[in-house]
Amino acid sequence: MGVGIRVENLNAWYGKTQALHEINLDVQANHATALIGPSGCGKSTFIRCLNRMHETTPEARVEGKVKIGEHDAYDGTSATKLRRRIGMVFQKPNPFPTMSIYENVAAGLKLNGYRDKRHLDGVVEKSLMSSALWEEVKDSIHKKSGASLSGGQQQRLCIARALAVEPEVLLMDEPCSALDPISTGKIEELIFELKAQYTIVIVTHNMQQAARVAEYTGFFLLGRLIEYDKTEKIFTNPSDKRTEDYITGRFG
Amino acid sequence: MGNLRGPVPDTAPVAARLEICLWRRAADRMTTAFAILSVVLVLAPLGAIFGYLVYRGIGSVNWAFLTQTPKPPGESGGGMANAIAGSVLILAIGSLMGVPLGIGAGIYLAEFGGNRFGDMVRFVSDVLNGVPSIVIGIVAYALVVLRQKHFSALAGGVALAIMMVPTITRTTEEMLLLVPNSLREAAYALGVPRWRTTLSISLRFTAFGNQYWNWRLDQPTAALPLQIFTYAISPYDDWHRQAWAGALVLIILIVSAVAAVRFVVRRGTLGGVA
Repeated sequence: MGVGIRVENLNAWYGKTQALHEINLDVQANHATALIGPSGCGKSTFIRCLNRMHETTPEARVEGKVKIGEHDAYDGTSATKLRRRIGMVFQKPNPFPTMSIYENVAAGLKLNGYRDKRHLDGVVEKSLMSSALWEEVKDSIHKKSGASLSGGQQQRLCIARALAVEPEVLLMDEPCSALDPISTGKIEELIFELKAQYTIVIVTHNMQQAARVAEYTGFFLLGRLIEYDKTEKIFTNPSDKRTEDYITGRFG
Repeated sequence: MGNLRGPVPDTAPVAARLEICLWRRAADRMTTAFAILSVVLVLAPLGAIFGYLVYRGIGSVNWAFLTQTPKPPGESGGGMANAIAGSVLILAIGSLMGVPLGIGAGIYLAEFGGNRFGDMVRFVSDVLNGVPSIVIGIVAYALVVLRQKHFSALAGGVALAIMMVPTITRTTEEMLLLVPNSLREAAYALGVPRWRTTLSISLRFTAFGNQYWNWRLDQPTAALPLQIFTYAISPYDDWHRQAWAGALVLIILIVSAVAAVRFVVRRGTLGGVA
């Protein structure tokens, strides 16, 4: 099951440049939350703070509080443990090119030391089914490499890989920006189904997409969270002038 | 010539346009011809050496040559089996010491070496790469031979290891830097620790002559290059023939080693799946 995320007074830096200013936001469990805003506004930095990927960048720094369910993400427990609870899908599909489809999906478990083959077989099948890829690849999961799939399939493979470690939260950083409309449609349908089990935070440049998949939407501008509300409200009756300007296409 | 770049203007007179087209075609042909000529010039010496070795050496490569040890001068027959085995032995010792060290240093440079110490290691490694092999031989002589009081396969292996380390280090680093960061991030996001990511994701990737067999690392050991040298400068025709044969065997061993490595590497990248 998904868990909620509570973010309090979050600030983030790249070296001396402050990328996020005083972000406060509650993400609802088992819902999809979309983050929109012009390029460079801090959306990606924000979700990278949630699973502590931000700190893998040299000279990057974070201050503030992030609670994933009941657990404080920055209380000194290891980042690797946290990341096992939070799956992440990136902008460009990044399957491990030298691994088969099966190995890609099993990678998270295998690299963390699971060896039970029957258990792994089950997890791989279940994850590929959850990411709606199973029917297309079931006959070749050992024969084909992850890189041999089409872009849309690769992205669904990456989703399966993230789901295989049974996370509670799924972060998606512009997961469809490198995909054609049909693949995009498939991923969006998928997000709808995955909500039942996971809390989803999705960064997108596509406002229709945000409107289609997310119950809640946050608008970022220049490293600040300008407005955060029900998606419907953001797109029909935003409270902030800047949000309105952005969604009506006056800038960005 | 100034017209080689940019589209041919439609307004130019027909004759001028034709001239430009001819120029471009000629330039294209000349560049291609130059490239082909360069390839031939690069490959010719290799082909010539290999061809001449086959011509001079093939007659003396036989079962006895590969399986017997040298006979005293004047006696015919005998072979270089001990030198072949010695070469393999020294290479094995050198690799055993040099490969892990070089790969370790390469991993450090690629994954953690983005600081001043890393730059220093890179510099030192490049300097070591440029040190002539004879100097490394003297170091191995001082380190091992003088202490053991005689030449040995171990000393050869140590020298070879010192020569291997910088090449392996920088090759490993280059290889690791080619791994896209997105793959590292994919692994981190799965909760895979950094060391595991590096190992599982990023890495996927003076001895002096002896007449006899030697498998003891602390004893003088024959090696092909030295045996070839000794035989080639000797006054005996029979030894000359054997030197040719030895050179041929050496180059065949090298070619097969390179081919084997390529085969394994290719299987590793496409195969991963097999």
